[in-house]
Amino acid sequence: MANKFVQWMDERIPMTKTWNIHLAQYPAPKNFNMWYIFGVLAMLVLVNQILTGIWLTMNYVPSAEGAFASVEYIMRDVEYGWLLRYMHSTGASAFFVVVYLHMFRGMMYGSYQKPRELLWLFGMFIFLVLMAEAFMGYLLPWGQMSYWGAQVIISLFGAIPVIGDDLTLWIRGDYVISGATLNRFFALHVIALPLVLVILVFLHIIALHEVGSNNPDGVAIKKPKGSVPDEEKPKFKFHERFTKKYDIVDAIPFYPYYIVKDLIGIGIFLFFFCYVIFFNPEMGGFFLEPPNFEPANPLKTPEHIAPVWYFTPFYAILRAVPDKLLGVILMFAAIVLLALLPWIDRGKVRSVRYRSVLHKLNLVNFVISFVVLGYLGTQPATPVATLFAQIFTFLYFAFFVFLFFYSRREKTKPVPERVTS
Amino acid sequence: MKKLLIALITLIPSLAFAAGPTVPLDEAKVDLHDKASLQRGAQLYMNYCLGCHSLEYARYNRMFNDLEIPEELGQKHLQFTGNKAGDLITINMSPDAAGNWFGNPPPDLTNVARVRGEDWIYTYLRSFYKDDSRPFGVNNTVFPNVGMPHVLEELQGLPEKTYEERRIDGEMKEVYVGIKTDGSGRLTESEYDQAMLDLTAFLVYMGEPMLLEQRRTGWFVFGFLLVFTILAWLLKKEFWRDLK
Repeated sequence: MANKFVQWMDERIPMTKTWNIHLAQYPAPKNFNMWYIFGVLAMLVLVNQILTGIWLTMNYVPSAEGAFASVEYIMRDVEYGWLLRYMHSTGASAFFVVVYLHMFRGMMYGSYQKPRELLWLFGMFIFLVLMAEAFMGYLLPWGQMSYWGAQVIISLFGAIPVIGDDLTLWIRGDYVISGATLNRFFALHVIALPLVLVILVFLHIIALHEVGSNNPDGVAIKKPKGSVPDEEKPKFKFHERFTKKYDIVDAIPFYPYYIVKDLIGIGIFLFFFCYVIFFNPEMGGFFLEPPNFEPANPLKTPEHIAPVWYFTPFYAILRAVPDKLLGVILMFAAIVLLALLPWIDRGKVRSVRYRSVLHKLNLVNFVISFVVLGYLGTQPATPVATLFAQIFTFLYFAFFVFLFFYSRREKTKPVPERVTS
Repeated sequence: MKKLLIALITLIPSLAFAAGPTVPLDEAKVDLHDKASLQRGAQLYMNYCLGCHSLEYARYNRMFNDLEIPEELGQKHLQFTGNKAGDLITINMSPDAAGNWFGNPPPDLTNVARVRGEDWIYTYLRSFYKDDSRPFGVNNTVFPNVGMPHVLEELQGLPEKTYEERRIDGEMKEVYVGIKTDGSGRLTESEYDQAMLDLTAFLVYMGEPMLLEQRRTGWFVFGFLLVFTILAWLLKKEFWRDLK
């Protein structure tokens, strides 16, 4: 019966074939470490955001008059509404946690290098859309920080010469943030951007499965056809799409091996995730900012306006520059340079394991700069804090400049022929 | 950035006063399991605060249920606005008129504990002092120049700032040591502190009425996740045995 059904389906749509190519007969390097969990976790969080988002939409009222009260209605009167809301608000921060770690994994093991440039670019577009999605979502509760955070961020576009003022007017749909802004952000947040996000994630995975997964050694598991003796080939059947042109070594099928392994990672991740949801949904004011429990009031500016933590590294770069336009340019450059990594890094060795001490130090510099900038972005801009932000902005950009110059003639360690362990 | 913020602030006339805590806050030891404390807090709130401060996102019957107050008794003794037990806890004062009287309309307090924190509320309620320069004759050390009268004066009495002569660097100086009530209130100092703790606890409950349920659910979820993760680990071990 089941077989007949599968056959009936397969004659009409490539069901089994897709399952095999992308899961059961997809060759995944056997040496993935814990850094390889974050892609799966990002998918999990995406699904969480979409599902809880749908249910939140059922009771949310997208208007300046009704938005704040409707969120409180969800929190107080809707059955398990608090759970849906906390899952969604925690999910937003969790999304950035896992995406930042996922990106760092790519940087450590050179996953952006040839032939994975397009894969990396799709990833960067996902990151950009995710930032827009999070920014617009943050306006929807219509709290004080929603309002004033959006006011500050949108006004950044006003720094662009000539068209700046008209552009901010066009984005807001009004001279200040208003119900018009809220309504368009709602439309973009619940349909336009999620749609783009899902399409980009699809493309990201298609691109990944076309070129194959990288691994912690950065060594290709695809060898020239006929170069590998039969006894060294894995005992598993991989789809002919992968074996037609290459001999595959050191690989295991994604399903069931990595699926069951990922389940453990998902379990551990959910411990942290659920700790926040049930015991600390505000996360010390980093995930939900206290002023946002007050309804938006255009007549009352909060003492200290800070974006949510995931934007603060870029916000700190913006504030570090005395000139507003230059600040905006640098802020965007900080993201564009990341996207250009495949061309900035001219090295031939992928994994940090076999790269120079200089590269390791440079990567540490990048991480420290990013984290310190993130911290500074949450703090008021005192003269000392601004000085530190300037130093670490310099170091952040220095990472890319140094990398460009040393990577070409870098003293690397010998790279093994095959993956280790 | 600073310029931008200043521009934003000056473009939009700000009616509010900065209210950052300037004094160290006392710790409020709130216990949400103590229903009697929450009930006393509710009683204080409905009698002294609700005239001006609504709890407009909360409903009476939800509060009665959570605080284990029989609905009939609750409606009789605690519900002074609206007729139905399912009504929101609103007030009748118009915000425009209130703005004229107090400078700012008194804010809704449903979420005040989430905005300010429990320690802030607890300290604020115990920090009114006599100040003849203010329209209502009182000021507050936690929220300087607050537009609110000391509505709990009949309970606490009228406190005054007290100073002590102390020798500092060989000179006698007047040092501010705290607030002391004149004893004209109905409650003693410790009774008043307890009453304010009750009121604070009630507002903490108001901000997160689901908090106890949330914690309880959390422990069940942890239990489930523990079993799930162990099973996943065993499953992985079983499958990965083939690879050796």
